[in-house]
Amino acid sequence: MSGDNDETQAPEETSVEEKDVQEKVISPEKAEEAKLKARYPNLGNKPGGSDLLRKRLQKGQKYFDSGDYNMAKAKIKNKQLPTAAPEKTEITGDHIPTPQDLPQRKPSLVASKLAG
Amino acid sequence: MAGAGGGNSDVQWCFSQVKGAIDDDVAEADIISTVEFNHSGELLATGDKGGRVVIFQQEPESKNQPQCRGEYNVYSTFQSHEPEFDYLKSLEIEEKINKIRWLPQKNAAQFLLSTNDKTIKLWKISERDKRPEGYNLKEEDGRYRDPNTVTTLRVPVFRPMDLMVEASPRRVFANAHTYHINSISVNSDCETYLSADDLRINLWNLEITDRSFNIVDIKPTNMEELTEVITAAEFHPNQCNTFVYSSSKGTIRMCDMRASALCDKYAKLFEEPEDPNNRSFFSEIISSISDVKFSHSGRYMMTRDYLSVKIWDINMETRPVETYQVHEYLRSKLCSLYENDCIFDKFECCWNGNDSVVMTGSYNNFFRMFDRGYRQDVTLEASRENSKPRSVLKPRKISTGGKRKKDEISVDSLDFNKKILHTAWHPLDNIIAVATINNLYIFQEKLN
Repeated sequence: MSGDNDETQAPEETSVEEKDVQEKVISPEKAEEAKLKARYPNLGNKPGGSDLLRKRLQKGQKYFDSGDYNMAKAKIKNKQLPTAAPEKTEITGDHIPTPQDLPQRKPSLVASKLAG
Repeated sequence: MAGAGGGNSDVQWCFSQVKGAIDDDVAEADIISTVEFNHSGELLATGDKGGRVVIFQQEPESKNQPQCRGEYNVYSTFQSHEPEFDYLKSLEIEEKINKIRWLPQKNAAQFLLSTNDKTIKLWKISERDKRPEGYNLKEEDGRYRDPNTVTTLRVPVFRPMDLMVEASPRRVFANAHTYHINSISVNSDCETYLSADDLRINLWNLEITDRSFNIVDIKPTNMEELTEVITAAEFHPNQCNTFVYSSSKGTIRMCDMRASALCDKYAKLFEEPEDPNNRSFFSEIISSISDVKFSHSGRYMMTRDYLSVKIWDINMETRPVETYQVHEYLRSKLCSLYENDCIFDKFECCWNGNDSVVMTGSYNNFFRMFDRGYRQDVTLEASRENSKPRSVLKPRKISTGGKRKKDEISVDSLDFNKKILHTAWHPLDNIIAVATINNLYIFQEKLN
């Protein structure tokens, strides 16, 4: 990159390189842009345009279908989560449970480490 | 330089507490995604990528240690959102909590709104410290007694029990957003709130879950013509008819709901003119506003873009009244920050209680405070190395030039994986909550 050269350019230099040196002196941002364009020459000229935005609108992993999704989830479950803590007082068998009998909330399978 | 805070340039910040795991291997679910104090500052809520909410409560100040404001300890934790699958689009709906907003307290219970990409929930957090005992038809463990064995009658009484904090979902506001929710904001009327996604903003009544009003819609008929998206939205703190929303192009629109049902025509447009000569490939990306927050007074609003924090007077649309550079040295690193996607990081910002100081996060677990009155700024670090109780935080300096002084950190040695995106300031006191990727730090002002 000619931008690395601090000496003044000879007048025979191409106008592009001259512009690079001038722009580096003026703006580090433009120098970074030149660097990026050198690495990715096919980069479009409208970065804020619809391509970038549409990629943003559709974030989230796409699966082939719900079966695919559930298989992926099952794989993660086998690796990560420990077994849930057994309930302390289970009420079963004697009668049909009413809302008062049930425990308040199902505890998280894995508690947050912030609460540890 | 000592520090920044509260209009007094001599505020020094001390480490108070740190929450979370010490190990470097961070599980994705533990990534903190939002931090919010309630209106009194007594409660501090965090949300994470695993859809969990943890609420901390400040202990009352003890007479033994008047130098210290109370510590924050776990008060309640619950699973707010679960991962879901959108069958129509074959897309996963993340359980990550994007935002938590507290409702002002009206009775003994506390209420908060928490949202993921698609669904907002109203949670009630209540305390139970008594329970009824002495039923006639039930045993203590809940099983029913055979009525034939009941020979005497007694009146059940309430007896004290160990404090139990219960969280229960009171409302679920679902199916109103096609795109991903980035903001929720409770109106000062305490009856309504707004939720904003990339292209639309909806107005809800807290009591009604089966419908909402669409108040902003910037979706173009032809999606090829899409040029900007909504990045954040907030209601004015005391004008219940006014709200603002920021865009990916660096503009803020203020809308008045009295003007029309659909507020597509803004009342005010805040935009700083750009020098066309300085425009580069990165200009629009770094001008995208990641957060907008009204001051407590309602007179100002603050916006955060990739490199700076700007304060706007709501009476002046042409340019911000103050601009603070958060990490200007990154301007010459934009190429690599684009390649590693860091240029898309969404930093939040916050005001202190009297609007004299603003704070925002940066990389390398640094965070920055700007004192508006004294025109001072400071860079501090949230790290386990500075976590001796009540140890004063030493200001950090980043060396940008060739010569690096002792104690300075060079730009090239900054860790861009250690980012502080979420910070919160206690509404009344100089207590701050700073979230690193998976730890929550609480710092307090040094009291003598």
